[in-house]
Amino acid sequence: MNWELFAHEADVGVRGSGATLADAFAGAATAMTAAVCDPARVGAGDTVHIECAAPDAETLLVDWLNALVYEMATRRMLFSRFELGIEPGPTGMRLRACAWGEPLDVAKHQPAAEVKGASFCELVVRRESDGQWLAQCVVDV
Amino acid sequence: MELTQLKQRGEFEWQLPATGRMRVPGVIFASRELVAAMDEKVREQVANVASLPGIVAASYAMPDAHWGYGFPIGGVAAFDADEGGVVSAGGVGFDISCGVRTLHTGLKLADIEAQKARLADRLFARIPAGIGSTGGVHLDPAGMAAMLRGGARWAVAEGYGSEVDLTHIEEFGCVTGADPGAVSDQARRRQRDEMGTLGSGNHYLEVQVVSEIFDDAAAKAYGLAPGDVVVSLHCGSRGLGHQVGTDYLREMVLAAPAADIALPDRELACAPLKSALGIRYLGAMRAAINCALANRQILTHLARQAFSEVFPGVHLPLLYDVSHNTCKEETHSVDGQRRRLFVHRKGATRAFGPGHVELPHEYSRAGQPVLIGGSMGTASYVLAGAAGTEERAFGSACHGAGRAMSRHEAARRWHGRAVVDDLAARGILIRSTSSRGVAEEAPLAYKDVTAVVDASEHAGLAGKVARLSPVICVKG
Repeated sequence: MNWELFAHEADVGVRGSGATLADAFAGAATAMTAAVCDPARVGAGDTVHIECAAPDAETLLVDWLNALVYEMATRRMLFSRFELGIEPGPTGMRLRACAWGEPLDVAKHQPAAEVKGASFCELVVRRESDGQWLAQCVVDV
Repeated sequence: MELTQLKQRGEFEWQLPATGRMRVPGVIFASRELVAAMDEKVREQVANVASLPGIVAASYAMPDAHWGYGFPIGGVAAFDADEGGVVSAGGVGFDISCGVRTLHTGLKLADIEAQKARLADRLFARIPAGIGSTGGVHLDPAGMAAMLRGGARWAVAEGYGSEVDLTHIEEFGCVTGADPGAVSDQARRRQRDEMGTLGSGNHYLEVQVVSEIFDDAAAKAYGLAPGDVVVSLHCGSRGLGHQVGTDYLREMVLAAPAADIALPDRELACAPLKSALGIRYLGAMRAAINCALANRQILTHLARQAFSEVFPGVHLPLLYDVSHNTCKEETHSVDGQRRRLFVHRKGATRAFGPGHVELPHEYSRAGQPVLIGGSMGTASYVLAGAAGTEERAFGSACHGAGRAMSRHEAARRWHGRAVVDDLAARGILIRSTSSRGVAEEAPLAYKDVTAVVDASEHAGLAGKVARLSPVICVKG
C-alpha cells in the first residue's frame, strides 16, 4: 500500500495505490490523515468499525473517506492503520473496515487543518496497466 | 489562463463566449495580470457552470477566482426556478456560510500597545481554536432546532450579544426558510461540541488597525478612522455545515441522471429548485447558514469577554457580517425585468450597492460593507458595494486573496516557528496550537490581496474604504 498527497489550488488531493482495491482505499485514508498531520505520529491503540455501501467504486471511495471524516470529527480521533474488505453488495459495492487510531493530542500530533469532507473533484478509482489499483480525490480542508 | 479564448470588454472585464453546452457566456472580472495567473481550470469551471439548467445572464468569476470543485472559488451564478433552474450543493460548498464579521473596539492602536501580549493571550484562552477544539455551548435536540431556525437571532436571545448586533448582519441575522428536519442526525452530531468554535485552516480571529482610509464618506458611515482598532473573525458553520454539504452532494450526484441533468463535472451536483430534493437542500442549507451566523455571534460574545478582561468597560459593536458560500433567494433586474433568482456565491461576497432595500439605513448611502480577509502578514480590506453592481454580477464581489500555492508546498517551504518569529518582529502576534497550521497559512502562501481588491474596485463591483493591518492573530 502506498499513499501520497497531490496539489490542488485551494485544498489537497489524497491518493492511495496498492495491489488490491482495498489497499488503494487504505492508502487514500492514510493520505487523508497526512493532510492533517504526520501519520507516523499517530498511534493505533483504538479501533473503530466502519461500513458503507455505494453504487460504484468511486462513490464508495468518497463514502469511505467521509465516514472517516465523521469519526475523526465526532470521536476527536486520528487514524493511522486501516484494514478493509470490499465486495459486491445488493446494489453495488459494500465496504467493511477497521480503522485504528488514537485520540487527538494537539501537542503530539500538531494537526494543521481539519478535513471538512471528501469531494468528487479529481475522483478516480481504477486499475492501472501494471495491475496496481489507484484511488484518489480532493478533500476540503 | 490563456487569454486568447477570452474577449476583453473593458480593462477589468473578460468574456468567455458561450460555446458548446454553455447556455450563457462566462464573465471574469479581473486585471490582465490576475486573469493570466488564473489556472485553466477556472475557465473550464466557469464554462461548466454556464451549462447548468436555468442559469441567468452569465456565469461570473470574481478577481480572486481559483480552481475549486465544480464551481470555481470566486464563482457567482443565478438560477430561475421558473425556467428549470437548479440549486447546487457543489456550488455552495462544504463550509456553508463561511464568512467574515468585523467589530469596532473604540480603541486606538496606542491604547492596546502595552497590553497587546496579554490581549492575545486572553483571546487565545477564550476562543476555542484549531482542530479538535470544543465549545462551551451544548444543545439538546430542541435547542439545536431553535438554533437552526433562528441563527444569530437565537444566539442573541440566549444572551450572546444584543439586538442591535442583528441590524448589521445579512438578513438581519436569520435566514428564513430553514428546515432543521432536512439536516441529518450525523450533521447534528458533528455540531454537538462545535458551537462557538473557530475551526482550523484559514479560519482566524484578528485584532487589526485601520492603516489607511480610501473613501472618507463611506469610512465615516462605517465608523472607521485611521488608527482605530477593530476585530475581524473568519469562520463558518463548522461540522454541521460540512456534513450538510457532504450529505447533499452525494444525493445530488446520484439523483442527477433521474432528473435528466447531465453533469459535466460531478462536483456540480445539483437538483431542480422545484424538486423535492432541491427544496430539501435549500431548507438544510439555510439551517446551516443560521448555524454559521449563530456561531459567529457566540464567538463575538467570547471576543467581547476577552477584551473586557483587559480593557474593562470597552464595547465592541458590530460593523457588519458577510457570508461567502451561500445560495440566496434575491430579487434582481435582468433586462429591465424584476426577477426572483437563486444566487450562488461560492467564495464570493454579497455586495449590494447604495440604496438597496436590504441595507440598514446607516449604510444606505455608502453601500453594503464588504469585508475582505487577507493573510495574517499582509492586510484585510473593508470595501463598499458599488452603485450598479447588481447589474454586473448580481451584487457580488471578491472574498479574499486566494492561495498562491498548495498547503503542502507551503508546509514544505516554511516552518511555523519561523513564521511566528518573523511576524513578531514586525509587531504581529500569532497565537496558534499548530506549528504546521501556521506554516500552511504563511503570508506568502497567499496571493496579493491588494491586487484583488483593486480589481474589484476598477471592475465596478466594490470600492475600497479602508485597509486593516494585522496586530494579533488567533489562528484556527
